[in-house]
Amino acid sequence: MSARLLASGSGDKFEAPGLHIFDWKPIFEGQAGLAWLTKPTLIVILAALAVILFAWRAFGNPKLVPRGVQNVGEVAYLLVRDQVARPMLGKDGDRWMPFLFSTFFFVLFMNYAGVIPVLQLPATSHIAIPIVLALAVYGMMLFLGIKHQGLVGYFKNVMFPPGLPKALYVILAPIEFLSTIILRPFTHAVRLFANMFAGHLLIAFFATVAWWFLAEKLTPLGAGVGVVGFVMTIVMTAFEIFVQSLQAFIFTLLAASYINSSLHADH
Amino acid sequence: MTNLLAASVAAQEGQQHYSPLAPEPAELVVGTLAFLIVLALVGWKLVPAIRKTLEERTEAIEGGLKKAEDAQAEAQALLAKYNEQLKEARHEASRLREEAREQGAAIIAEMKEQAQAEARRITEAAQAQIEAERQQALQSLRAEIGALSVELAGRVVGESLEDSARQSRVVDRFLEELEERARTQEQITS
Repeated sequence: MSARLLASGSGDKFEAPGLHIFDWKPIFEGQAGLAWLTKPTLIVILAALAVILFAWRAFGNPKLVPRGVQNVGEVAYLLVRDQVARPMLGKDGDRWMPFLFSTFFFVLFMNYAGVIPVLQLPATSHIAIPIVLALAVYGMMLFLGIKHQGLVGYFKNVMFPPGLPKALYVILAPIEFLSTIILRPFTHAVRLFANMFAGHLLIAFFATVAWWFLAEKLTPLGAGVGVVGFVMTIVMTAFEIFVQSLQAFIFTLLAASYINSSLHADH
Repeated sequence: MTNLLAASVAAQEGQQHYSPLAPEPAELVVGTLAFLIVLALVGWKLVPAIRKTLEERTEAIEGGLKKAEDAQAEAQALLAKYNEQLKEARHEASRLREEAREQGAAIIAEMKEQAQAEARRITEAAQAQIEAERQQALQSLRAEIGALSVELAGRVVGESLEDSARQSRVVDRFLEELEERARTQEQITS
């Protein structure tokens, strides 16, 4: 990233990092068969491998008395189970653990790629990835809703929650339909995407400031700004780790909530 | 530097048509495949494995607790039984002690009686012997006295027949003395 940032200020003028820091060309340029392999897709693959490796090392040969990685894996499992699955899905929680655990750690590792040196790009800051995940949840939500409540029953439960004055449904039904059936996958995906996108941009901005004023154009006046940029880069990185964890958690929490709303009528 | 410059140019070019809200087809495909693979391996195989292990652990712990409870109950029962047996044994021991004491007392009384009887027997035997010896001594004394008397009589007759009066006095005195001595002896023996 720094190489690109270094190059971003082409000339004597400081230039803040823009959208181009998200734009990655194929790693092996010119090779038609590998055109799909860019830094973001590579990070997606690495994150998937990391989740698989972690889960395999922790749960591959589970012992009744846990040792080593299994202890960590069990803490991770219990975190998802007791903070996401059970509060959201109740007694169905344990049955949905495979999906929720996989989703949480896949998203988490892709988010963490934003602060891991060399990678330094959250794969989820590319909207395609949250879209894939959100669509998967959306598809499951519709399928389960129709399966458990019936085609008519599901839409009736979504649009006409019982116990309200009849007149209110005139307004409520379209709003509920819009928010649940149309907007849900977008808000679900964009919430994750926007957080990661903005966070990455912020870190890149402060890092560029620090690099520009402390390395590229070191002046007595600019040095102070550079130091602020340097300190803020560290602070924002710490904050980003928090946001990355939180967003992975929220994404999984919402997925569990959506699944639950399909298993049982919301209201 | 040329590399960086090239990258810069590429970045500048990319900026023209890069839209963050337009999903890359390659990323959609790779993301979908990666997610499916994660779901298949982690979700399908590994998470159920740990879930099963956790359930087994819960069962094992519950089973262990149950087993421990059973063992404790058994130990309690055993302790109660042993205490009961101990109490019985103590009771038995005290009973035996009492019995032994009684028996001992009886034995001592019997022995005392036997000893007394024996002592009495010994005393009686000793008295009888003493009596017998006394009789014997008396007999032999009498015989000796007879001999002595004869001897004395011979001497008296032989030496001083002339003074019959004195002789008779001597004899009388002698006989009196004898009488006296016999009496004294009789007194001693009785």
